[in-house]
Amino acid sequence: MISVELAVIGGGPAGLCAALSAAKSGAKVLIIDKNKNLGGQLIKQTHMFFGSEKQYASTRGIDIPDILINELDKYKDKVEIITEATAVGMYEDGIITVLEKEENYFKLSSKAVVVATGAYEKALSFPNNDLPGIYGAGAVQTLMNVHGVKPGNKVLMVGAGNIGLIVSYQLMQAGVEVKAILDAAPKIGGYLVHASKIRRMGIPILVSHTVKEAIGKESLEKAVICEVDEKFNPITGTEKVFDVDVMCISVGLTPLNELLSMRGCEMKYIPQLSGIVPVRNENYETTVENLFVAGDSAGVEEASAAMVEGFLAGLCAAAKIGYRPKDFSERKNDYINQLKNLRSGPAGKHILAGIGQVSGR
Amino acid sequence: MRIEEHPILKFNKERKIAFIFNGQEMEGYEGETIAAALHANGVKVLGKSLFKHRPRGFYCAIGNCSSCLMTVNGAANVKTCVTDLEEGMIVQTQEGKGVIV
Repeated sequence: MISVELAVIGGGPAGLCAALSAAKSGAKVLIIDKNKNLGGQLIKQTHMFFGSEKQYASTRGIDIPDILINELDKYKDKVEIITEATAVGMYEDGIITVLEKEENYFKLSSKAVVVATGAYEKALSFPNNDLPGIYGAGAVQTLMNVHGVKPGNKVLMVGAGNIGLIVSYQLMQAGVEVKAILDAAPKIGGYLVHASKIRRMGIPILVSHTVKEAIGKESLEKAVICEVDEKFNPITGTEKVFDVDVMCISVGLTPLNELLSMRGCEMKYIPQLSGIVPVRNENYETTVENLFVAGDSAGVEEASAAMVEGFLAGLCAAAKIGYRPKDFSERKNDYINQLKNLRSGPAGKHILAGIGQVSGR
Repeated sequence: MRIEEHPILKFNKERKIAFIFNGQEMEGYEGETIAAALHANGVKVLGKSLFKHRPRGFYCAIGNCSSCLMTVNGAANVKTCVTDLEEGMIVQTQEGKGVIV
């Protein structure tokens, strides 16, 4: 059994910031991450971030992990990191079980925990959606931007949200042809700035369209799409066929937070937050005392908000276990204001409506 | 299937690694995953589904979905999308559920 003051599960944007914030307050922190490298999904985000300077706006996602890790390095005596380690369970007595490198299985006890386990990609149902060549948008990013391997030659992008638009652009940067982007919604979901960039490159964005079926023997060869009416029902006779060897599914993410359910946190299904999320207070503490949550595992948003939530949860978790810095209120208000600013747009309205349903304990 | 030029990224492809996929010699690079190396060699089908034997490739590429399980150096159910390629690895498509060694 390992005993620590604060355990942070997940070393992505939210987890790294939570650890940084808690260490800054003086708490001893252990970060557990299942990957070899810290940074979570930032390691494949080649685009520049929005938001303000405090959330590293105008910095490419791929450069943010190093900035945060260098910051963490200042608190070397406070921060321990175990990579290639998956938290596989969190029990009623608060014990977390961890599997490191598929061989070392150990128990972990802590005074407080921040769960920052992120999200996973949703799939889309249509005939033959299991053919190789049909990949999640994140998978395509990993293959291209981490490993330098093209997913194929001709791509159909499904989903015109920010991820669909950004990944389409990244595919073009990698020298892969994007035939079209489609979305079942009648409007483009992503930011206009991304959509305009795509349209200038001549890639059609087909709204009110869905995938009818995929065709292929061993892997994807063709995709059949069709128009949908205002109730999202396919309209017969509107089918179009694309010769593509890759279909990239970018239909959103859903929170990855089974550890919280297992531990007994009160959970609710909130469509605006993209799935089942924990009830929490403004400090991001769940209904289980000293168990905090941050980032996409608290509700799918984006990396800038995840980082600020991490800072806030880390600060409050450390304060709960006796590390309340003199400038606690100042820091807390700063983080709360940053979140307010990030959520001031139309997308933020949606998020806030979701958060309103899981706030308060 | 490899990206030769990229406006932002530089890929560290220094050391070549030889490995064997279903008896066939292939090459990948140190630092990449088994699934990435296979994909670069044009291999998209990593296995077959248990009951209907439909072709399976990866879906998430970050170790969540388990669509990329293969037998590696005799060990079954290895998540090839998050396992690094090593010199001389013997990678095989898996038949059935695999046996725990």
